[in-house]
Amino acid sequence: MAVAVQLFVPCYVDQLYPQVAEATAAVLRQAGCEVRFDERQTCCGQPMSNSGCAADAAKLARRHLDIFRGTVSVSPSASCVSQVRNHFHDLGVTLDDADHQTMADTFELSEFLVNRLGVTEFGARFPHKVGLHASCHGLRELGLGSMSERRSGVVASPAELLLRKVAGLELVPPTRPDECCGFGGTFAVAEAGLSARMGRDRCADFATAGAAFITATDMSCLMHLDGISSRHGGPRALHLAEILVST
Amino acid sequence: MNAPPRFHRDAETFLRDEARVTWHDQAIWHLRKKRDTATEDVPDWEALRDHAAAIKAHVLDHLPQLLTAFIDRARAAGWQVHCAGDADELRRTVHRILEQKRVQRVVKSKSMLTEECGLNPYLEERGIDLVDTDLGERIVQLRHEPPSHIVVPAVHLRRREIGELFHKTMGTPAGEEDPTRLAHAARRDLRARFLAAEAGITGVNFAVAETGSIIICTNEGNADLGTALPATHIACMGVEKLIPTLADAAVFLRLLARSATGQPITSYTTHLTGPDPLRPGHEAHLVIVDAGRSGLNADEEHRRSLSCIRCGACLNTCPVYRRASGHSYGLTVPGPIGSVLGPSLVGDRLARELPFASTLCGSCTNVCPVKIDLHDQLLSWRRRLAERHLVPWPKRLAMRIGAWVFSHPALYDHLGRWVRRLWPWITRPIPGSPLGPWLKERALPPAPAASFRQRWKKDHAGKRDG
Repeated sequence: MAVAVQLFVPCYVDQLYPQVAEATAAVLRQAGCEVRFDERQTCCGQPMSNSGCAADAAKLARRHLDIFRGTVSVSPSASCVSQVRNHFHDLGVTLDDADHQTMADTFELSEFLVNRLGVTEFGARFPHKVGLHASCHGLRELGLGSMSERRSGVVASPAELLLRKVAGLELVPPTRPDECCGFGGTFAVAEAGLSARMGRDRCADFATAGAAFITATDMSCLMHLDGISSRHGGPRALHLAEILVST
Repeated sequence: MNAPPRFHRDAETFLRDEARVTWHDQAIWHLRKKRDTATEDVPDWEALRDHAAAIKAHVLDHLPQLLTAFIDRARAAGWQVHCAGDADELRRTVHRILEQKRVQRVVKSKSMLTEECGLNPYLEERGIDLVDTDLGERIVQLRHEPPSHIVVPAVHLRRREIGELFHKTMGTPAGEEDPTRLAHAARRDLRARFLAAEAGITGVNFAVAETGSIIICTNEGNADLGTALPATHIACMGVEKLIPTLADAAVFLRLLARSATGQPITSYTTHLTGPDPLRPGHEAHLVIVDAGRSGLNADEEHRRSLSCIRCGACLNTCPVYRRASGHSYGLTVPGPIGSVLGPSLVGDRLARELPFASTLCGSCTNVCPVKIDLHDQLLSWRRRLAERHLVPWPKRLAMRIGAWVFSHPALYDHLGRWVRRLWPWITRPIPGSPLGPWLKERALPPAPAASFRQRWKKDHAGKRDG
């Protein structure tokens, strides 16, 4: 029986990267899911939450949980998933058992495919050198891989497992395995100089490794890194889902 | 002492010297890598962190009892114990002791607490000749600036700058940049000051309640010389430095130097239990200061930050700290832990910028040897600051409007269409545009003709539920 999946499309992906949401849907269908999209969804409230505006974030959290109630949802943005799964608790929202279940049933794409469905093979072909950027919230809040700071054993990165199955794709590792790209939400504008400097350093690390493309589980990191690359030159960014639908 | 931090302004200034930022980032990243290697040699590193966190949680739950027990043992061991409520009381207490002993010359080893309390300028203004004896601290003292890092205070300076400073202040040859020769010059200069000093001031890494002793960790042995030679020793500690037993100290000593610099242990780990009985007239004073600690301990959401052992690991791993440098934070303790402690210890108004000086990447939380949930604390401080209306109103207003738009999907859809239609104008870098800071160094993608929801609607017209 096909697994019913509700697409959780972050606002900026909806407006600026529709092809990423479509690739996410295509990959999920290929994995045997029945893909749905509830058009009432807008934003999970992460910008409000990270700005400290808990009351504003709480309204959007409540909305999100009501819309996604009883569904399994999958998103191409790890930080939005972490907002739902790990930070809806912090906002003073009254949560019932069904809400907790909705939060627990919210997944980032690669973890859903690999850890939930056990599907890693998509017959994709992408004959390029690719650097996998470990998005911080996917790594350190969702646990999608080994963290360079921790000594708690090796955790397989689902995104890496998926990329290793892509024909012609060569993974090239950066020297700093999980340094932040510098996006940080409103930080990217409030501390634009620091943010851009971090982004340039991150792009340079991937460029030195020989990467032609940077990919990640979070489109927001990629929006920032691609913005740097298209201004300064360097590897261009593509979401993991876009690579998985390449032939 | 606690001027309002101007994080944004000062970080932007530091960023302008791109070569220095590169070098500063790499020098400090090197410490992080050494820390990684050192932690790999400890088979039960994560369990050790758990253990340390549990001890610290116990300490914070029993602070008054531990303090009473410690003071009793310390007095029995011959310490003259003084309690100070705040920074000013600490300064006055230390000055009174120096006056009573008619001390003119003081050598001081590294103590972030006395930096926090502004002890140096207070004593210098009162005619005391005070010399910092930690090499990095001595360098920043000679430059009349605060430390930029709590473990490596002069890490923001390049070799050449230190050579020039020593040429001016110690008469080393012009152009001398060799670290060994510069260190020898500093050592010669300091030796005379050690011999002449009438009192030595130190910090305290750990205060052991079971024995009444204090533990001081240094790599240069300067605290040892500074306590062994002068007739009077004054140790200054924050009340949170208490630990119950010597066995607990063993846990922290395994974590501290590994987290700080990647050493298995500091070169000198000195236990002092009152005055030296073999030195007639030797006096040992201990000044214990609260300086906001009790208040913070009563703040359920943030009290864990009091567990900090000042190893500096969160500074070393912080991608923002490495590119902004410590001075940008404007506080004695910079970096993630400084941004968490700042609002409590120096005031939410003064430190309101700091919890936002982070991408919340979470690396600090992962390196912390006592498992302070630093990035969650930064986030929770943001909420507290917003509650107190200390987040700038344009940001709060933007978030309020955003939440309203996102609560109305039809409005959101409509607005999205207009924004994308006007995208070429919106993303033009014109002065005053809210996207201006983004566009300065980054492009934005061209806006697609249709959003995902528009495309989905078109593809699924007539079909139900996808």
